[in-house]
Amino acid sequence: MGKSTRLAFGETLALLGEQYPNIVVLDADLSKSTMSNLFAKKFPDRFFEMGIQEANMIGISAGLALSGKIPYACSFACFITGRYDTIRVSVAYNKANVRIIGTHAGIGIGEDGTTQMGLEDISLMRSLPNFNVCQPCDEIETRELIKYSVNHVGPMYIRLTRQNLDKIFDENYKYEFGKGVQLTDGNDAVIFATGALVSEAFKASKILKNKGINLRVINIHTIKPIDKEIIIKSAQECKLIFTAEDHNIIGGLGTAVAEVLCENYPSRIIRIGLPDVFGESGTPEALYKKYGFDSESLARKIESHLKEEKQ
Amino acid sequence: MKSHKELELISNQLRIDIIKAISRAKSGHPGGSLSAIDIIVYLFFNEINRTKDNAFSPDRDRFILSKGHGVPALYAVFAKLGLISYEELMNLRVLGSRTQGHPSYLDLPYVESSTGSLGQGLSVGIGIAIAGKLDKKNYNVYTMIGDGEMQEGQIWEALLSAPKFKLDNLCVILDYNKSQIDGYVKDVMNLEPIKEKLIAFRWNVIEINGHKFNEIEKAINIFKQTKEKPTFVIAHTIKGKGVSFMEDNVEWHGKAPNEEETKLALQELQKLLESNG
Repeated sequence: MGKSTRLAFGETLALLGEQYPNIVVLDADLSKSTMSNLFAKKFPDRFFEMGIQEANMIGISAGLALSGKIPYACSFACFITGRYDTIRVSVAYNKANVRIIGTHAGIGIGEDGTTQMGLEDISLMRSLPNFNVCQPCDEIETRELIKYSVNHVGPMYIRLTRQNLDKIFDENYKYEFGKGVQLTDGNDAVIFATGALVSEAFKASKILKNKGINLRVINIHTIKPIDKEIIIKSAQECKLIFTAEDHNIIGGLGTAVAEVLCENYPSRIIRIGLPDVFGESGTPEALYKKYGFDSESLARKIESHLKEEKQ
Repeated sequence: MKSHKELELISNQLRIDIIKAISRAKSGHPGGSLSAIDIIVYLFFNEINRTKDNAFSPDRDRFILSKGHGVPALYAVFAKLGLISYEELMNLRVLGSRTQGHPSYLDLPYVESSTGSLGQGLSVGIGIAIAGKLDKKNYNVYTMIGDGEMQEGQIWEALLSAPKFKLDNLCVILDYNKSQIDGYVKDVMNLEPIKEKLIAFRWNVIEINGHKFNEIEKAINIFKQTKEKPTFVIAHTIKGKGVSFMEDNVEWHGKAPNEEETKLALQELQKLLESNG
Protein backbone atom coordinates (compact mmCIF):
# COMPACT_ATOMS: atom_id res chain seq x y z
CA MET A 1 0.00 0.00 0.00
CA GLY A 2 1.26 3.46 -0.89
CA LYS A 3 0.59 6.76 0.82
CA SER A 4 -2.61 8.78 0.88
CA THR A 5 -2.66 11.47 -1.78
CA ARG A 6 -3.03 14.15 0.94
CA LEU A 7 0.28 13.04 2.46
CA ALA A 8 2.02 13.01 -0.92
CA PHE A 9 0.64 16.52 -1.48
CA GLY A 10 1.92 17.84 1.87
CA GLU A 11 5.37 16.34 1.38
CA THR A 12 5.69 17.63 -2.16
CA LEU A 13 4.55 21.14 -1.28
CA ALA A 14 7.06 21.30 1.57
CA LEU A 15 9.80 20.37 -0.92
CA LEU A 16 8.66 22.88 -3.54
CA GLY A 17 8.61 25.71 -1.01
CA GLU A 18 12.37 25.92 -1.22
CA GLN A 19 12.48 26.41 -4.97
CA TYR A 20 9.43 28.68 -5.25
CA PRO A 21 9.41 31.58 -2.77
CA ASN A 22 6.04 32.73 -4.13
CA ILE A 23 4.19 29.67 -2.84
CA VAL A 24 1.99 30.53 0.14
CA VAL A 25 -0.25 28.08 1.97
CA LEU A 26 -3.47 28.70 3.88
CA ASP A 27 -5.46 26.32 5.99
CA ALA A 28 -8.65 26.51 8.04
CA ASP A 29 -7.75 24.63 11.23
CA LEU A 30 -7.21 21.33 9.44
CA SER A 31 -3.52 21.52 8.58
CA LYS A 32 -2.78 18.32 10.48
CA SER A 33 -5.35 16.52 8.33
CA THR A 34 -4.76 18.15 4.95
CA MET A 35 -0.99 17.73 5.62
CA SER A 36 -0.33 21.37 4.85
CA ASN A 37 1.35 21.38 8.30
CA LEU A 38 4.44 19.90 6.62
CA PHE A 39 4.83 23.17 4.69
CA ALA A 40 3.93 25.20 7.79
CA LYS A 41 6.74 23.66 9.83
CA LYS A 42 9.32 24.47 7.16
CA PHE A 43 8.02 27.87 6.06
CA PRO A 44 6.10 29.43 8.95
CA ASP A 45 6.25 32.91 7.39
CA ARG A 46 4.47 31.71 4.27
CA PHE A 47 1.81 29.67 6.05
CA PHE A 48 -1.40 31.35 7.15
CA GLU A 49 -3.58 29.73 9.76
CA MET A 50 -7.04 31.14 9.02
CA GLY A 51 -8.99 29.42 11.73
CA ILE A 52 -12.34 27.98 10.78
CA GLN A 53 -13.07 30.61 8.11
CA GLU A 54 -13.13 28.91 4.75
CA ALA A 55 -14.82 31.75 2.83
CA ASN A 56 -12.40 34.37 4.15
CA MET A 57 -9.49 32.02 3.43
CA ILE A 58 -10.59 31.68 -0.20
CA GLY A 59 -11.00 35.44 -0.62
CA ILE A 60 -7.61 36.14 0.95
CA SER A 61 -6.10 33.54 -1.36
CA ALA A 62 -7.58 35.41 -4.32
CA GLY A 63 -6.00 38.67 -3.10
CA LEU A 64 -2.63 36.95 -2.64
CA ALA A 65 -2.86 35.51 -6.15
CA LEU A 66 -3.76 38.90 -7.64
CA SER A 67 -0.55 40.17 -6.01
CA GLY A 68 1.64 37.54 -7.67
CA LYS A 69 1.66 34.81 -5.02
CA ILE A 70 0.81 31.16 -5.68
CA PRO A 71 -1.64 30.27 -2.90
CA TYR A 72 -2.69 26.75 -1.93
CA ALA A 73 -5.91 27.04 0.09
CA CYS A 74 -6.52 23.79 1.95
CA SER A 75 -9.42 22.18 3.76
CA PHE A 76 -11.71 19.20 3.44
CA ALA A 77 -13.30 18.99 -0.03
CA CYS A 78 -16.82 19.37 1.37
CA PHE A 79 -16.05 22.46 3.48
CA ILE A 80 -13.97 24.36 0.97
CA THR A 81 -16.17 23.80 -2.09
CA GLY A 82 -19.14 24.58 0.16
CA ARG A 83 -18.00 28.23 0.02
CA TYR A 84 -18.99 28.17 -3.61
CA ASP A 85 -19.92 31.78 -4.26
CA THR A 86 -16.60 33.04 -2.92
CA ILE A 87 -14.79 30.58 -5.18
CA ARG A 88 -17.03 31.65 -8.06
CA VAL A 89 -16.56 35.41 -7.81
CA SER A 90 -13.25 36.01 -6.04
CA VAL A 91 -11.32 33.14 -7.65
CA ALA A 92 -12.97 31.98 -10.89
CA TYR A 93 -14.33 35.31 -12.19
CA ASN A 94 -11.00 36.97 -11.37
CA LYS A 95 -9.15 34.01 -12.92
CA ALA A 96 -6.98 34.23 -9.81
CA ASN A 97 -4.11 31.76 -9.64
CA VAL A 98 -5.47 29.94 -6.60
CA ARG A 99 -5.10 26.21 -5.99
CA ILE A 100 -8.07 24.96 -4.00
CA ILE A 101 -7.03 21.78 -2.22
CA GLY A 102 -9.92 19.55 -1.15
CA THR A 103 -8.90 16.53 0.90
CA HIS A 104 -11.03 13.77 2.43
CA ALA A 105 -12.77 13.07 -0.85
CA GLY A 106 -15.57 10.56 -1.05
CA ILE A 107 -17.01 7.85 1.18
CA GLY A 108 -13.45 6.50 1.37
CA ILE A 109 -12.90 8.62 4.51
CA GLY A 110 -15.04 6.11 6.40
CA GLU A 111 -16.21 6.54 9.96
CA ASP A 112 -16.57 10.34 10.14
CA GLY A 113 -19.62 10.10 7.92
CA THR A 114 -21.53 12.28 5.51
CA THR A 115 -20.84 15.83 6.72
CA GLN A 116 -17.08 15.30 6.37
CA MET A 117 -17.23 13.64 2.94
CA GLY A 118 -16.64 15.55 -0.28
CA LEU A 119 -19.32 14.03 -2.46
CA GLU A 120 -20.48 16.78 -4.82
CA ASP A 121 -17.27 18.80 -5.10
CA ILE A 122 -16.23 17.70 -8.60
CA SER A 123 -19.67 18.59 -9.91
CA LEU A 124 -19.51 22.05 -8.33
CA MET A 125 -15.99 22.92 -9.41
CA ARG A 126 -16.39 21.52 -12.91
CA SER A 127 -19.18 23.98 -13.66
CA LEU A 128 -17.09 27.09 -12.93
CA PRO A 129 -15.57 28.83 -15.97
CA ASN A 130 -11.75 29.23 -15.83
CA PHE A 131 -11.43 26.31 -13.39
CA ASN A 132 -9.51 23.10 -13.94
CA VAL A 133 -10.29 20.01 -11.89
CA CYS A 134 -7.70 17.35 -11.06
CA GLN A 135 -7.73 14.16 -9.03
CA PRO A 136 -4.56 12.04 -8.81
CA CYS A 137 -4.76 8.27 -8.22
CA ASP A 138 -1.63 7.54 -6.21
CA GLU A 139 1.30 9.16 -4.42
CA ILE A 140 3.56 9.40 -7.48
CA GLU A 141 0.89 11.01 -9.63
CA THR A 142 0.08 13.41 -6.78
CA ARG A 143 3.71 14.44 -6.51
CA GLU A 144 3.93 15.09 -10.24
CA LEU A 145 0.60 16.93 -10.33
CA ILE A 146 1.60 19.22 -7.45
CA LYS A 147 4.93 19.96 -9.16
CA TYR A 148 3.01 20.82 -12.32
CA SER A 149 0.47 22.96 -10.46
CA VAL A 150 3.05 25.55 -9.37
CA ASN A 151 3.44 26.92 -12.87
CA HIS A 152 -0.11 26.32 -14.10
CA VAL A 153 -1.89 29.53 -15.07
CA GLY A 154 -5.41 29.92 -13.66
CA PRO A 155 -7.46 28.43 -10.84
CA MET A 156 -7.25 24.72 -10.06
CA TYR A 157 -9.23 22.38 -7.88
CA ILE A 158 -7.23 19.40 -6.63
CA ARG A 159 -9.10 16.54 -4.95
CA LEU A 160 -7.24 14.27 -2.55
CA THR A 161 -7.91 11.22 -0.40
CA ARG A 162 -7.71 10.63 3.31
CA GLN A 163 -7.05 6.89 2.90
CA ASN A 164 -3.85 5.29 1.65
CA LEU A 165 -3.91 4.13 -1.96
CA ASP A 166 -2.06 1.44 -3.87
CA LYS A 167 0.91 2.61 -5.87
CA ILE A 168 0.01 2.56 -9.54
CA PHE A 169 3.04 4.33 -10.98
CA ASP A 170 6.78 4.19 -10.44
CA GLU A 171 9.48 6.83 -10.46
CA ASN A 172 9.54 6.94 -14.28
CA TYR A 173 5.96 8.20 -14.55
CA LYS A 174 5.59 11.22 -16.84
CA TYR A 175 2.58 13.29 -15.80
CA GLU A 176 0.82 15.20 -18.54
CA PHE A 177 -1.91 17.68 -17.56
CA GLY A 178 -5.18 17.06 -19.41
CA LYS A 179 -4.23 13.59 -20.71
CA GLY A 180 -5.84 10.32 -19.69
CA VAL A 181 -3.51 7.43 -18.93
CA GLN A 182 -4.19 3.93 -20.25
CA LEU A 183 -3.14 1.41 -17.60
CA THR A 184 -4.20 -1.91 -19.18
CA ASP A 185 -4.96 -3.16 -22.68
CA GLY A 186 -8.27 -4.70 -23.61
CA ASN A 187 -11.26 -4.35 -25.91
CA ASP A 188 -14.02 -6.21 -24.07
CA ALA A 189 -14.80 -3.19 -21.96
CA VAL A 190 -13.24 0.08 -20.91
CA ILE A 191 -13.47 1.70 -17.51
CA PHE A 192 -12.66 5.36 -17.01
CA ALA A 193 -11.74 5.79 -13.36
CA THR A 194 -10.46 8.63 -11.23
CA GLY A 195 -8.84 9.00 -7.82
CA ALA A 196 -9.21 6.15 -5.35
CA LEU A 197 -11.19 4.05 -7.80
CA VAL A 198 -8.30 3.76 -10.25
CA SER A 199 -6.57 1.11 -8.18
CA GLU A 200 -9.89 -0.69 -7.62
CA ALA A 201 -10.46 -0.72 -11.39
CA PHE A 202 -6.89 -1.88 -11.93
CA LYS A 203 -7.38 -4.79 -9.52
CA ALA A 204 -10.73 -5.58 -11.17
CA SER A 205 -8.94 -5.93 -14.50
CA LYS A 206 -6.72 -8.63 -12.97
CA ILE A 207 -9.74 -10.51 -11.61
CA LEU A 208 -11.41 -10.33 -15.02
CA LYS A 209 -8.24 -11.34 -16.85
CA ASN A 210 -8.42 -14.71 -15.05
CA LYS A 211 -11.89 -15.14 -16.50
CA GLY A 212 -10.74 -14.30 -20.01
CA ILE A 213 -12.15 -10.77 -20.01
CA ASN A 214 -9.84 -7.99 -21.13
CA LEU A 215 -10.68 -4.73 -19.40
CA ARG A 216 -9.08 -1.50 -20.53
CA VAL A 217 -8.47 0.74 -17.53
CA ILE A 218 -8.02 4.44 -18.12
CA ASN A 219 -7.00 6.79 -15.36
CA ILE A 220 -8.57 10.23 -15.75
CA HIS A 221 -6.54 12.52 -13.49
CA THR A 222 -7.72 15.70 -15.20
CA ILE A 223 -11.49 15.85 -15.11
CA LYS A 224 -11.56 19.34 -16.59
CA PRO A 225 -10.41 19.87 -19.26
CA ILE A 226 -11.13 16.22 -20.02
CA ASP A 227 -9.17 14.17 -22.55
CA LYS A 228 -11.79 13.81 -25.30
CA GLU A 229 -9.47 11.93 -27.62
CA ILE A 230 -8.79 8.98 -25.33
CA ILE A 231 -12.49 8.73 -24.42
CA ILE A 232 -13.71 8.68 -28.02
CA LYS A 233 -10.98 6.27 -29.16
CA SER A 234 -11.71 3.81 -26.33
CA ALA A 235 -15.45 4.02 -26.93
CA GLN A 236 -14.86 3.14 -30.57
CA GLU A 237 -12.60 0.20 -29.72
CA CYS A 238 -14.34 -1.35 -26.69
CA LYS A 239 -17.68 -3.14 -26.47
CA LEU A 240 -18.88 -1.62 -23.21
CA ILE A 241 -18.11 1.62 -21.40
CA PHE A 242 -17.94 2.13 -17.63
CA THR A 243 -17.00 5.05 -15.42
CA ALA A 244 -16.04 4.83 -11.74
CA GLU A 245 -15.61 7.52 -9.10
CA ASP A 246 -16.01 8.00 -5.37
CA HIS A 247 -18.44 10.93 -5.86
CA ASN A 248 -22.11 11.52 -6.52
CA ILE A 249 -23.18 9.97 -9.82
CA ILE A 250 -24.41 13.42 -10.89
CA GLY A 251 -21.94 15.92 -12.29
CA GLY A 252 -18.67 14.07 -11.84
CA LEU A 253 -16.47 11.95 -14.11
CA GLY A 254 -19.37 9.85 -15.41
CA THR A 255 -21.22 12.98 -16.48
CA ALA A 256 -18.08 14.41 -18.07
CA VAL A 257 -17.53 11.23 -20.11
CA ALA A 258 -21.20 11.19 -21.11
CA GLU A 259 -20.95 14.81 -22.28
CA VAL A 260 -18.04 13.90 -24.55
CA LEU A 261 -19.60 10.76 -25.99
CA CYS A 262 -23.15 12.02 -26.53
CA GLU A 263 -21.82 14.66 -28.90
CA ASN A 264 -19.04 12.66 -30.54
CA TYR A 265 -19.78 8.92 -30.39
CA PRO A 266 -23.16 8.18 -28.79
CA SER A 267 -22.76 5.06 -26.68
CA ARG A 268 -24.25 3.31 -23.70
CA ILE A 269 -22.32 4.24 -20.54
CA ILE A 270 -22.65 2.46 -17.22
CA ARG A 271 -21.73 4.94 -14.49
CA ILE A 272 -20.51 3.79 -11.10
CA GLY A 273 -20.68 6.32 -8.27
CA LEU A 274 -22.86 7.23 -5.32
CA PRO A 275 -26.44 6.86 -6.60
CA ASP A 276 -27.49 10.43 -5.70
CA VAL A 277 -27.45 9.73 -1.97
CA PHE A 278 -25.40 11.03 0.95
CA GLY A 279 -22.74 8.79 2.48
CA GLU A 280 -22.79 7.22 5.94
CA SER A 281 -20.42 6.02 8.67
CA GLY A 282 -18.58 2.73 8.42
CA THR A 283 -15.13 1.43 7.67
CA PRO A 284 -13.86 2.51 4.24
CA GLU A 285 -13.78 -1.15 3.20
CA ALA A 286 -17.37 -1.80 4.29
CA LEU A 287 -18.55 1.36 2.53
CA TYR A 288 -16.75 0.49 -0.70
CA LYS A 289 -18.37 -2.97 -0.64
CA LYS A 290 -21.83 -1.56 0.09
CA TYR A 291 -21.69 0.95 -2.77
CA GLY A 292 -19.93 -1.41 -5.19
CA PHE A 293 -16.65 0.53 -5.40
CA ASP A 294 -14.26 -2.31 -4.42
CA SER A 295 -12.46 -4.31 -7.09
CA GLU A 296 -14.58 -7.44 -6.66
CA SER A 297 -17.84 -5.55 -6.99
CA LEU A 298 -16.50 -3.71 -10.03
CA ALA A 299 -15.40 -6.98 -11.64
CA ARG A 300 -18.77 -8.62 -10.93
CA LYS A 301 -20.66 -5.69 -12.38
CA ILE A 302 -18.58 -5.57 -15.54
CA GLU A 303 -18.83 -9.32 -16.03
CA SER A 304 -22.60 -9.38 -15.65
CA HIS A 305 -23.09 -6.48 -18.05
CA LEU A 306 -20.92 -8.21 -20.64
CA LYS A 307 -23.02 -11.37 -20.30
CA GLU A 308 -26.20 -9.34 -20.68
CA GLU A 309 -24.82 -7.75 -23.86
CA LYS A 310 -24.11 -11.16 -25.42
CA GLN A 311 -27.68 -12.41 -24.89
CA MET B 1 -2.71 67.16 -4.31
CA LYS B 2 -5.96 68.98 -4.92
CA SER B 3 -7.59 71.50 -2.62
CA HIS B 4 -10.83 70.52 -0.96
CA LYS B 5 -12.60 73.06 -3.16
CA GLU B 6 -11.19 71.42 -6.28
CA LEU B 7 -12.20 67.98 -4.99
CA GLU B 8 -15.71 69.21 -4.32
CA LEU B 9 -15.92 70.51 -7.87
CA ILE B 10 -14.72 67.18 -9.29
CA SER B 11 -17.19 65.22 -7.13
CA ASN B 12 -20.11 67.30 -8.28
CA GLN B 13 -19.05 67.03 -11.93
CA LEU B 14 -18.86 63.28 -11.50
CA ARG B 15 -22.31 63.21 -9.86
CA ILE B 16 -23.60 64.53 -13.18
CA ASP B 17 -21.71 61.81 -15.08
CA ILE B 18 -23.07 59.11 -12.75
CA ILE B 19 -26.67 60.20 -13.29
CA LYS B 20 -26.15 60.46 -17.05
CA ALA B 21 -24.55 57.00 -17.27
CA ILE B 22 -27.21 55.28 -15.17
CA SER B 23 -29.97 57.10 -17.01
CA ARG B 24 -28.58 55.99 -20.39
CA ALA B 25 -28.17 52.41 -19.16
CA LYS B 26 -31.77 52.53 -17.90
CA SER B 27 -30.60 50.55 -14.87
CA GLY B 28 -28.05 50.79 -12.09
CA HIS B 29 -27.63 52.01 -8.53
CA PRO B 30 -27.65 55.81 -8.15
CA GLY B 31 -28.18 55.99 -4.36
CA GLY B 32 -25.02 54.15 -3.32
CA SER B 33 -22.94 55.69 -6.12
CA LEU B 34 -23.77 59.22 -4.97
CA SER B 35 -23.11 58.41 -1.31
CA ALA B 36 -19.68 56.95 -2.13
CA ILE B 37 -18.35 59.40 -4.70
CA ASP B 38 -16.74 61.97 -2.36
CA ILE B 39 -14.63 59.33 -0.60
CA ILE B 40 -13.60 57.67 -3.87
CA VAL B 41 -12.67 61.03 -5.37
CA TYR B 42 -10.56 61.93 -2.33
CA LEU B 43 -8.71 58.60 -2.41
CA PHE B 44 -7.97 58.58 -6.13
CA PHE B 45 -6.95 62.23 -6.45
CA ASN B 46 -5.16 62.85 -3.18
CA GLU B 47 -3.95 59.46 -1.96
CA ILE B 48 -3.70 56.79 -4.62
CA ASN B 49 -2.67 59.23 -7.37
CA ARG B 50 -3.57 56.77 -10.07
CA THR B 51 -2.38 57.41 -13.62
CA LYS B 52 -2.33 55.22 -16.70
CA ASP B 53 1.42 54.77 -16.18
CA ASN B 54 1.32 53.56 -12.59
CA ALA B 55 -1.95 51.61 -12.89
CA PHE B 56 -0.22 48.21 -12.82
CA SER B 57 2.84 49.04 -10.79
CA PRO B 58 3.42 46.42 -8.08
CA ASP B 59 3.94 49.31 -5.65
CA ARG B 60 0.60 51.01 -6.31
CA ASP B 61 -1.97 51.66 -3.63
CA ARG B 62 -5.07 49.56 -4.23
CA PHE B 63 -8.73 50.45 -4.01
CA ILE B 64 -11.35 47.69 -4.02
CA LEU B 65 -14.99 48.56 -4.23
CA SER B 66 -16.43 45.64 -2.30
CA LYS B 67 -19.91 47.15 -2.65
CA GLY B 68 -19.67 46.51 -6.38
CA HIS B 69 -23.09 47.97 -7.22
CA GLY B 70 -21.67 51.46 -6.58
CA VAL B 71 -19.37 51.03 -9.57
CA PRO B 72 -20.71 53.96 -11.65
CA ALA B 73 -18.90 56.19 -9.12
CA LEU B 74 -15.67 54.29 -9.72
CA TYR B 75 -16.03 54.35 -13.51
CA ALA B 76 -16.70 58.10 -13.37
CA VAL B 77 -13.41 58.56 -11.50
CA PHE B 78 -11.59 56.32 -14.00
CA ALA B 79 -12.94 58.45 -16.85
CA LYS B 80 -11.91 61.67 -15.12
CA LEU B 81 -8.40 60.21 -14.67
CA GLY B 82 -8.29 59.17 -18.34
CA LEU B 83 -8.06 55.46 -17.55
CA ILE B 84 -11.18 54.87 -19.61
CA SER B 85 -12.86 57.16 -22.12
CA TYR B 86 -15.96 59.21 -21.42
CA GLU B 87 -17.72 57.10 -24.09
CA GLU B 88 -16.92 53.94 -22.15
CA LEU B 89 -18.40 55.47 -19.03
CA MET B 90 -21.55 56.32 -20.98
CA ASN B 91 -21.63 52.74 -22.33
CA LEU B 92 -22.24 51.50 -18.80
CA ARG B 93 -23.88 48.04 -18.89
CA VAL B 94 -23.89 47.91 -22.70
CA LEU B 95 -23.14 44.58 -24.41
CA GLY B 96 -19.42 44.27 -25.08
CA SER B 97 -18.41 47.17 -22.83
CA ARG B 98 -15.65 47.00 -20.24
CA THR B 99 -17.93 48.97 -17.93
CA GLN B 100 -19.91 45.94 -16.77
CA GLY B 101 -22.87 46.32 -14.42
CA HIS B 102 -20.63 45.25 -11.54
CA PRO B 103 -16.82 45.44 -11.53
CA SER B 104 -15.21 42.79 -13.72
CA TYR B 105 -11.47 42.45 -13.21
CA LEU B 106 -10.79 40.54 -16.43
CA ASP B 107 -12.65 43.16 -18.47
CA LEU B 108 -11.24 46.19 -16.66
CA PRO B 109 -8.26 45.40 -14.41
CA TYR B 110 -8.25 48.90 -12.85
CA VAL B 111 -11.01 47.66 -10.52
CA GLU B 112 -8.39 45.36 -8.84
CA SER B 113 -10.96 42.59 -8.21
CA SER B 114 -14.36 41.51 -9.46
CA THR B 115 -17.01 42.28 -6.87
CA GLY B 116 -20.77 42.46 -6.67
CA SER B 117 -21.55 39.37 -4.69
CA LEU B 118 -21.46 41.20 -1.37
CA GLY B 119 -19.09 40.37 1.44
CA GLN B 120 -16.09 39.29 -0.62
CA GLY B 121 -13.97 42.33 -1.44
CA LEU B 122 -12.62 42.80 2.07
CA SER B 123 -11.09 39.31 2.13
CA VAL B 124 -9.44 39.99 -1.24
CA GLY B 125 -8.13 43.27 0.17
CA ILE B 126 -6.67 41.42 3.16
CA GLY B 127 -4.91 39.03 0.78
CA ILE B 128 -3.36 41.95 -1.10
CA ALA B 129 -2.34 43.58 2.20
CA ILE B 130 -0.69 40.36 3.40
CA ALA B 131 1.18 40.09 0.08
CA GLY B 132 2.39 43.67 0.59
CA LYS B 133 3.76 42.75 4.02
CA LEU B 134 5.41 39.58 2.66
CA ASP B 135 7.09 41.54 -0.13
CA LYS B 136 7.98 44.45 2.17
CA LYS B 137 6.12 46.89 -0.06
CA ASN B 138 4.87 50.22 1.16
CA TYR B 139 1.53 50.25 -0.61
CA ASN B 140 -1.79 50.68 1.17
CA VAL B 141 -5.01 48.82 0.47
CA TYR B 142 -8.34 50.65 0.66
CA THR B 143 -11.55 48.66 0.64
CA MET B 144 -14.96 50.26 0.62
CA ILE B 145 -17.82 48.18 1.95
CA GLY B 146 -21.53 48.94 2.11
CA ASP B 147 -23.65 48.94 5.25
CA GLY B 148 -26.04 46.32 3.93
CA GLU B 149 -22.99 44.34 2.87
CA MET B 150 -21.78 44.37 6.46
CA GLN B 151 -24.55 41.91 7.30
CA GLU B 152 -22.66 39.21 5.36
CA GLY B 153 -20.93 36.54 7.44
CA GLN B 154 -17.74 36.69 5.39
CA ILE B 155 -17.28 40.36 6.38
CA TRP B 156 -17.15 39.34 10.04
CA GLU B 157 -14.69 36.55 9.27
CA ALA B 158 -12.54 39.16 7.57
CA LEU B 159 -12.95 41.67 10.43
CA LEU B 160 -11.84 38.99 12.88
CA SER B 161 -8.79 38.05 10.82
CA ALA B 162 -7.18 41.35 9.72
CA PRO B 163 -6.03 42.38 13.25
CA LYS B 164 -4.37 38.95 13.68
CA PHE B 165 -2.04 39.80 10.81
CA LYS B 166 -1.41 43.35 12.09
CA LEU B 167 -2.37 44.84 8.74
CA ASP B 168 -1.65 48.52 9.27
CA ASN B 169 -1.59 48.83 5.47
CA LEU B 170 -5.32 48.08 5.30
CA CYS B 171 -8.03 50.73 5.54
CA VAL B 172 -11.69 49.72 5.36
CA ILE B 173 -14.21 52.46 4.67
CA LEU B 174 -17.85 51.84 5.46
CA ASP B 175 -20.16 53.84 3.21
CA TYR B 176 -22.80 54.14 5.93
CA ASN B 177 -25.74 55.56 4.00
CA LYS B 178 -28.22 53.80 6.28
CA SER B 179 -30.38 52.07 3.71
CA GLN B 180 -30.49 48.96 1.57
CA ILE B 181 -32.92 47.47 -0.95
CA ASP B 182 -35.57 46.32 1.50
CA GLY B 183 -35.49 49.42 3.71
CA TYR B 184 -33.44 51.13 6.40
CA VAL B 185 -30.49 49.10 7.67
CA LYS B 186 -31.67 49.56 11.25
CA ASP B 187 -34.94 47.81 10.35
CA VAL B 188 -33.65 45.19 7.91
CA MET B 189 -30.80 43.94 10.14
CA ASN B 190 -29.38 46.50 12.51
CA LEU B 191 -25.59 46.83 12.61
CA GLU B 192 -25.35 49.05 15.67
CA PRO B 193 -23.38 49.55 17.73
CA ILE B 194 -20.79 49.39 14.95
CA LYS B 195 -18.01 51.37 16.63
CA GLU B 196 -18.09 49.30 19.81
CA LYS B 197 -18.08 46.07 17.81
CA LEU B 198 -15.07 47.16 15.78
CA ILE B 199 -13.16 48.33 18.86
CA ALA B 200 -13.87 44.96 20.47
CA PHE B 201 -12.49 43.35 17.29
CA ARG B 202 -9.24 45.34 17.87
CA TRP B 203 -9.52 47.76 14.95
CA ASN B 204 -8.42 51.38 14.85
CA VAL B 205 -11.85 52.97 14.44
CA ILE B 206 -12.51 56.48 13.10
CA GLU B 207 -15.94 58.03 12.62
CA ILE B 208 -16.43 60.80 10.04
CA ASN B 209 -18.85 62.60 7.78
CA GLY B 210 -18.14 60.93 4.43
CA HIS B 211 -19.03 64.03 2.44
CA LYS B 212 -16.57 66.42 4.15
CA PHE B 213 -13.13 66.34 2.56
CA ASN B 214 -11.36 67.69 5.65
CA GLU B 215 -12.77 64.81 7.69
CA ILE B 216 -11.89 62.23 5.03
CA GLU B 217 -8.37 63.63 4.88
CA LYS B 218 -7.99 63.55 8.64
CA ALA B 219 -9.14 59.92 8.80
CA ILE B 220 -6.69 58.83 6.10
CA ASN B 221 -3.86 60.62 7.87
CA ILE B 222 -4.66 58.86 11.14
CA PHE B 223 -4.75 55.55 9.23
CA LYS B 224 -1.31 56.20 7.76
CA GLN B 225 0.15 57.00 11.16
CA THR B 226 -1.36 53.98 12.91
CA LYS B 227 0.95 51.01 13.30
CA GLU B 228 0.28 47.32 13.95
CA LYS B 229 -3.49 47.42 13.46
CA PRO B 230 -5.90 47.88 10.58
CA THR B 231 -8.12 50.97 10.33
CA PHE B 232 -11.89 51.04 9.96
CA VAL B 233 -13.49 54.32 8.92
CA ILE B 234 -17.20 54.64 9.65
CA ALA B 235 -18.18 57.21 7.05
CA HIS B 236 -21.66 58.60 7.63
CA THR B 237 -23.10 59.38 4.23
CA ILE B 238 -26.39 60.24 2.60
CA LYS B 239 -27.81 57.88 0.05
CA GLY B 240 -28.40 59.74 -3.23
CA LYS B 241 -26.40 62.74 -1.97
CA GLY B 242 -26.75 65.77 -4.25
CA VAL B 243 -30.14 65.03 -5.78
CA SER B 244 -32.91 66.18 -3.42
CA PHE B 245 -35.51 63.60 -4.37
CA MET B 246 -33.01 60.75 -4.13
CA GLU B 247 -31.51 61.72 -0.80
CA ASP B 248 -32.18 59.24 1.98
CA ASN B 249 -34.82 57.59 -0.16
CA VAL B 250 -34.62 53.80 -0.31
CA GLU B 251 -36.49 53.82 -3.63
CA TRP B 252 -33.33 55.04 -5.33
CA HIS B 253 -31.09 52.15 -4.30
CA GLY B 254 -31.26 50.34 -7.60
CA LYS B 255 -33.45 52.29 -9.98
CA ALA B 256 -32.50 54.44 -12.95
CA PRO B 257 -34.16 57.84 -13.29
CA ASN B 258 -36.52 58.23 -16.25
CA GLU B 259 -36.16 61.10 -18.72
CA GLU B 260 -38.05 63.64 -16.60
CA GLU B 261 -36.30 62.61 -13.37
CA THR B 262 -32.93 62.74 -15.11
CA LYS B 263 -33.63 66.29 -16.27
CA LEU B 264 -34.58 67.36 -12.75
CA ALA B 265 -31.56 65.67 -11.21
CA LEU B 266 -29.15 67.21 -13.71
CA GLN B 267 -30.66 70.68 -13.15
CA GLU B 268 -30.07 70.34 -9.41
CA LEU B 269 -26.54 69.05 -9.86
CA GLN B 270 -25.76 71.82 -12.34
CA LYS B 271 -26.85 74.38 -9.74
CA LEU B 272 -24.66 72.68 -7.17
CA LEU B 273 -21.74 72.88 -9.57
CA GLU B 274 -22.33 76.58 -10.19
CA SER B 275 -22.38 77.19 -6.45
CA ASN B 276 -18.92 75.55 -6.36
CA GLY B 277 -17.85 78.41 -8.61
